[in-house]
Amino acid sequence: MQYLLLIYDDEKKWAALPAAEVGTLIADYNKFTADIKASGHLLVANRLQSVTNATTVRVREGKTQLTDGPFAETREQLGGYYLIEAKNLDEATAIAARIPSAKLGSIEVRPLHGM
Amino acid sequence: MQSAAAIADVFRAERSRVLATTIRVCNGDFELAEEAVQDAFTAALSRWPAEGIPDEPRGWLVQVARHKAIDQVRRRVKLRELVAAEAAEPADGAQDPAARVVTDDRLRLMFTCCHPALAAEAQVALTLRTLGGLTTEEIARAFLTSPVTMAQRLVRAKTKIRDARIPYKVPEPSELAPRTDAVTSVIYLIFNEGYAATAGDEWLRKDLCREAIRLGRLLVELVGASDIGAEPRGLLALMLLHDARRDTRTDDHGDLVLLEDQDRSRWDHAQIAEALELVPGALRGGGGPYALEAAVAALHCSAARAADTDWAQIAALYSERLRRRPSSIVELNRAVAVAMAEGPAAGLALVEPLRDELAEYHLWHATRADLLRRLGRTKEAATAYRAALARVGSDPERRFLERRLRALS
Repeated sequence: MQYLLLIYDDEKKWAALPAAEVGTLIADYNKFTADIKASGHLLVANRLQSVTNATTVRVREGKTQLTDGPFAETREQLGGYYLIEAKNLDEATAIAARIPSAKLGSIEVRPLHGM
Repeated sequence: MQSAAAIADVFRAERSRVLATTIRVCNGDFELAEEAVQDAFTAALSRWPAEGIPDEPRGWLVQVARHKAIDQVRRRVKLRELVAAEAAEPADGAQDPAARVVTDDRLRLMFTCCHPALAAEAQVALTLRTLGGLTTEEIARAFLTSPVTMAQRLVRAKTKIRDARIPYKVPEPSELAPRTDAVTSVIYLIFNEGYAATAGDEWLRKDLCREAIRLGRLLVELVGASDIGAEPRGLLALMLLHDARRDTRTDDHGDLVLLEDQDRSRWDHAQIAEALELVPGALRGGGGPYALEAAVAALHCSAARAADTDWAQIAALYSERLRRRPSSIVELNRAVAVAMAEGPAAGLALVEPLRDELAEYHLWHATRADLLRRLGRTKEAATAYRAALARVGSDPERRFLERRLRALS
């Protein structure tokens, strides 16, 4: 079963971190990604650019409207994702708990439709 | 010929076990399993009256439910998963269907129903529905919500279990502690629903209590030896102590008999002895809320006469609980104990400040009424009894309050 692990972080918190801590976090991410790749859980993963580069698109009455920024202003922003294969929700949440950002922000675990 | 009543008894006794096993057979698909069990009961109703109840009714029902589920899945063209599960079952199990019913299926069901990925109220509702066999209406009444809301909550929970694939299993040792807490509180809620009935159906209520005690025993068996086992032990002791007194709580007319007026010779003293042995182990390591509550019940049950009750010790145990977690209901209990130990005025002084939080709770009004009555403030007592009557849910409690109100004038 596939689960999408959505990483929600406070970008400001990241920006405020000292360089050394950011370095450690990135190293932790690299190790975590390598680990779940080796264990066969990883399908795809990516880090997103800042929400300052986000654009929201809506089509209303046939007209496309663009707005600067994310759909909703919240304290935590979607910062990246892992698409994984796990045998059940327990395994998926256990993997989510190992994502370095779980200690800073939160991880939303979403099962995918389909087989 | 088998009577419908005898068949109904079998259904009542076996329903949750058959369902628990069928859910496993259905790979954790609650909806599918519930339909299949319903179909199996229907099949039994059409065959047992003529053929008689089989020697192993549970095995029979599980087997039929399993076939109904497979049929259903075939129809849904979702064959693969179930066929794989069928192939994994040992073939020799077919000769003895009862042997296939794994004893801890209901524990597995309990842990799945109490999975932290489900909302707390959904955990309780699902356990009551699947393990307790309560109707959606009964659960709705117990949780003061509408049947429609409750039905939606149940459907949503079952859908999440299936679609997000919440596993149907007892958790790993590393996860056992937090998961056990969740199960413990759900078992207590089931017991309470049976014990402090909000309405009707005495046998169903008794069944719920027995079911809760059975589940409690099962949980103690699984985790009892570890540190995690302290609260389950406390809960089990508490339930055994309450249940030991259940037959003396009401008289022949179904009217409420207060603890101080109960015939203590009719308490189940074997069950009390069993519970008293559990209490020290439950209190080890400081004692959680269930252990402390069990200690209170143990003091009541150990008093040969009501007048021998150690109320000061009971008040101290309530204070200990409040120190850990504030709760206005526990404060109310403590006020009652203080009133017994130090007199009604001391009790009333503790009851009054709880007005805002407990204004809609009938027992707050009833407690206040009783203390006012003992202080000779009859007029205020009558007003308080009326306020309690306006909020009471069960008939025996209503009649009790009415008697008290009448006795004032």
